[in-house]
Amino acid sequence: MTTQNAPASFYRTTEGLGVWPHKGKVAAVGIGHSPTARRWDGTPENTMGANSILALRRAIEDAGVSPDQIDGLVIDPVTTTGAHWEAGDPIPMDVVNFYNPTDDPLDGIAKLSCEWLLKNMPELTNVKFTMYGTGCMSHAIVVAAQAVGDGLTNTCLVLKSWHNLEGRYNQAGVSAAEEVSGSYAVGPGRTIWGPPGCFGTALQFAEYCRKYGKSHDMMAPFMANSRRNGLLFPEGYWAQHRPEELTAEDYLAARWIAKPASLFDNDIPVMVSGAYLFTTAERAKDMKQKPVYILNHASSRGTARSLTPTLDEIQAETGSTGRKIFEGAGITADDLSFENMYDGFALFHQFHIEGLGYRGMKFGDALDFYQTDISIEGPNPVLPSGGNIGSGRSRFWMHTDCIQQLQGRAGARSVTGVKPEIAVSGGPMPMGGNFTVWSASPD
Amino acid sequence: MVKQGVKPDDLTKPFWEAANEERLVIQNCTACNRLQHPPVATCRQCGSGDNLEWKGMSGKAKIYNYTVVYDTPIRMLQENQPFNLAVVMLDEDPGIQMYSHLPGTPVDEVPVGASVEVIFEATANGQKVPEWRVAG
Repeated sequence: MTTQNAPASFYRTTEGLGVWPHKGKVAAVGIGHSPTARRWDGTPENTMGANSILALRRAIEDAGVSPDQIDGLVIDPVTTTGAHWEAGDPIPMDVVNFYNPTDDPLDGIAKLSCEWLLKNMPELTNVKFTMYGTGCMSHAIVVAAQAVGDGLTNTCLVLKSWHNLEGRYNQAGVSAAEEVSGSYAVGPGRTIWGPPGCFGTALQFAEYCRKYGKSHDMMAPFMANSRRNGLLFPEGYWAQHRPEELTAEDYLAARWIAKPASLFDNDIPVMVSGAYLFTTAERAKDMKQKPVYILNHASSRGTARSLTPTLDEIQAETGSTGRKIFEGAGITADDLSFENMYDGFALFHQFHIEGLGYRGMKFGDALDFYQTDISIEGPNPVLPSGGNIGSGRSRFWMHTDCIQQLQGRAGARSVTGVKPEIAVSGGPMPMGGNFTVWSASPD
Repeated sequence: MVKQGVKPDDLTKPFWEAANEERLVIQNCTACNRLQHPPVATCRQCGSGDNLEWKGMSGKAKIYNYTVVYDTPIRMLQENQPFNLAVVMLDEDPGIQMYSHLPGTPVDEVPVGASVEVIFEATANGQKVPEWRVAG
């Protein structure tokens, strides 16, 4: 079975498309996570592939279906956190052959195919639909939701996995080279000028602060709130390995990466896998877990005119994304019980929620909003999942949290100041991402 | 502050050849009358690759924004940390951005909005690269 990327027709990228035809007809009914780790320990039992299998099996069990009922599988095949297997590095064949390998020995270690998963999950005997949504869980969710809605699959697993290896983030390969290609040198990525990953976001945040008279220290309540929520997320990295609060003092004392972005404004790369089970709303009625319905998905495909997006470009895109999200779901910002937009980098979360107009917010309002009660107990929860800042770089905590909150399974992290009815999650970037509207009710 | 060496490729060769002659050129679509940077094989507006030329620029720009880099992934630059990393916008078209370390400007004392002029610096393998210095 050859797996393709989803076709362009799957994505709702423009305004004016009306209500999503499958609104309320697709539901999430199962969740599974692997444990987290900072890096791979080199053992076959703890590979990214092993985590993937574990997360998928847990999602199946959580949903209460038998594996032979699964007929679809949507994953992100790219699993790197920024750690790459360098060309020429020896491949541990004992690890490779611990599993049923594909033609690519790094499959299941530093990349992932549907083929590898199906070879190593023999219980999945009836998978007839596979597809890739590359980049993050937000992307895979959109693809799976559309596939179930279109009838291409009825009971579909959705998976995102991450591998992290020894070595510092993005510091090998081309970063260590003495000579690079001309296209790379003038490109928008790392380039010979040396921007860290957070550079573009740091620039946008700096412009935002100048334009609206804000400052980096105003992020502190958001950061403390995110870590607090993350520590209430037992599936997350910080809760499992480093149950430490992040105080305003900690945040403000952190070293800079690209001022005004500090260490804590960057998420921590981790090994982890997350999986969901999607099915039709009709089938979901009789399943083990309370269904959480998808009201809409929307995608941002905007690009910067030149090297890095300006604040104007970001705000135009997030405003458009907000309109697409609400139009397709047939709701307004006032209908949101809470938001779980992406935060990895922390300094762009405000762009996402200002674009939504969350709680009546306008551009430039978010950092003042962060100084109010944004806790899970209050009337205006901000990122109750804690996001990547609260639980490490999975790019899926926000989706898991939406599902769990609407199912009433968020435990100590449950929002109590609002009734959890409709929520939005997605990302990653303010300019370039995929977003989902979740609901406790199909309409 | 010596940058990684640059090996021009087919797409960017005219840009780098001009830099070695201390000229700044930017891709321009003659059909759309629109500059674009970084270089790509086709016009990002009309999609055609038939009308792309390399157009000479005045070498004048304004500082749009900057950060101070304390933790670069690029090994060759790490001994120079912290350093300014600015984005300048060309006077011919403020939509066109270029990166700069702003040589001569003290760290974190970047005059946003100030005029800058292009200079050319040799990278590790001798290939020259456009840089920018605060004017006056």
